[in-house]
Amino acid sequence: MERPTVAGRALKTAVLTAIVLAVLYPFGLAVGTSLTGRAESVANGGGYVLLPAHPTLEAYRLILSGGAVTRAVLTSVGITLCGTALSLLCTVFLGYALSRRGMLGGRPILMMVLATFLFTPGMIPTYLMVKELGMLNTYQSVIVPVLVNAFNVVVVRAFFQGLPDELFEAARMDGAGEWRMMWRIAIPLSKAVIAVVGLFYAVGYWNSWFSALLYIDDHDKHPIQLVLRQYIFRGGAAQGTDVAIVRDLPTASVQMAVLVIALVPILLAYPFLQKYFTKGVLTGAIKG
Amino acid sequence: MVVSTAAPATEVQVGARPQRRTLRDRLRRDWTLLLLCLPGVLYFVVFFYVPLLGNVIAFKDYAPFLGIDGSPWVGLENFVMLLEEPEFWTAVGNTLQITALQLLLYFPAPIALALLLNSLVGNRVKRLVQTVVYLPHFLSWVVVVAMFQQVIGGAGTITTFLAAHDVTIGNLMADPELFKLMATAQVIWKDTGWGTIIFLAAITAIDVSQYEAAAIDGADWKRRLWHVTLPGIRPVIIMLLILRLGDILSVGFEQMVLQRDAVGAEASEVIDTYIYYHGVINGDWGMSTAAGLMKGLIGAALIYAANKLAHRFGEQGIYR
Repeated sequence: MERPTVAGRALKTAVLTAIVLAVLYPFGLAVGTSLTGRAESVANGGGYVLLPAHPTLEAYRLILSGGAVTRAVLTSVGITLCGTALSLLCTVFLGYALSRRGMLGGRPILMMVLATFLFTPGMIPTYLMVKELGMLNTYQSVIVPVLVNAFNVVVVRAFFQGLPDELFEAARMDGAGEWRMMWRIAIPLSKAVIAVVGLFYAVGYWNSWFSALLYIDDHDKHPIQLVLRQYIFRGGAAQGTDVAIVRDLPTASVQMAVLVIALVPILLAYPFLQKYFTKGVLTGAIKG
Repeated sequence: MVVSTAAPATEVQVGARPQRRTLRDRLRRDWTLLLLCLPGVLYFVVFFYVPLLGNVIAFKDYAPFLGIDGSPWVGLENFVMLLEEPEFWTAVGNTLQITALQLLLYFPAPIALALLLNSLVGNRVKRLVQTVVYLPHFLSWVVVVAMFQQVIGGAGTITTFLAAHDVTIGNLMADPELFKLMATAQVIWKDTGWGTIIFLAAITAIDVSQYEAAAIDGADWKRRLWHVTLPGIRPVIIMLLILRLGDILSVGFEQMVLQRDAVGAEASEVIDTYIYYHGVINGDWGMSTAAGLMKGLIGAALIYAANKLAHRFGEQGIYR
């Protein structure tokens, strides 16, 4: 086929560069601002600085000195680790069982999972259920109501179904039961897809803030995203202990330092997500 | 373990007579699998099916201290009250306006970007751009809105830069008039890149010989785009449109909650936020459940109708 014209190539390059910059600029700005000291920030109209002349870790030192942000980070780490582990176990168990042909009740159970795509029970009935179970104001309330994602079950199930039958037959000959076969055959051969599903759960738990707003009144139990919201949209610190910090430092730097902290785990997980999500998840979904 | 060691013996002759196996045999064989299903099934029962039934409070005058059973039935009173409430109609209007803006401005964006990415000759550049544009999808809404604020908010870098050059744009992020456009812009920034994945996959699935044939027939890139690529990805476009149609009444709930203080309820109230603020915050349980139930039913009906329509036009749709 013919080569693209010079003008066409130039236009494409310009558009793509603009898109890439539009995505990356806010990241750079947030990091730069979080490293900006007081004097420079005041001299600079809005307080947002892309490249601070004298970078300082002042903002981080202050917010990580044991106030609401430190506690919120620990809370979020705990919620993310526990939530992801529980979600993964339930998803893999269910996905494995539903991948076995001819299981008693397999069909109705699969239908029951798929039906959840069509409708949602709604916020109020779910809220009342959480309340009924006595989970208001507990860490469980941000995990249990979103424990299993039907889409992830379908993806894991499709992947297990793609594994060669002979492996399972051979294991059965050797006297292995389903439990053994799941742990020894299915799971080790599906590490990639399980990793992706796990990362998606983890990102979901780390980024979630509304369920905490909905279910948890106790500020001491709030996750980092909710504290970040407090800093950025409510114009101030979440807790009394942090008010002094905000007085001493330019608001923008503190806000962006909290934002960067909320962002770091996502950036760390991103290369792994990127490596797998196009091949792992999409092939799984298409096969299903 | 005793039971599962018995499994191979029965399993060897499996092909011969699956229908003769009794329920007890199958239970003996499958009890491990059933046990594995248990946590997941329990989850869906407790947090999907029981709350689904909990929607009966749409027909009750629910009071927390009376419980769902104890609260009196009121028939359709909640629905009547809801439909007479002007604030509810504001929420419906806002929702539909934002959906329309998203369909118009956001929906084509991933298609366009996918086509652009697909037209790149070098694989390296393509990979690089993809890595960058997928990233915002993984950010929380708090982070996304904060990022918009630092660039085009009242003290944002672009705002102050323009002000220094005597151009006043004010605080775009706090302008109720512009809010719906801003909300759409945020969706575009966050999810355009991610949205390209499915279209890129669809484009890759198109048979290369079609392009070759078109090129031999003298079709330039515009004609190949129009006659080969776009028809090739049409089933995916239609499938996504159907799904979007079913979701017509839910738009960016978290976005709205975050920006409500800045732009006010009048501009940012959508059906989901209406349910939250009237139900959970103000305690109008029955009425807001009625709103949620109506929203769910309309959504399911829309999916059904759109799917029917797709079949009428000879498309695959999302299910048969």
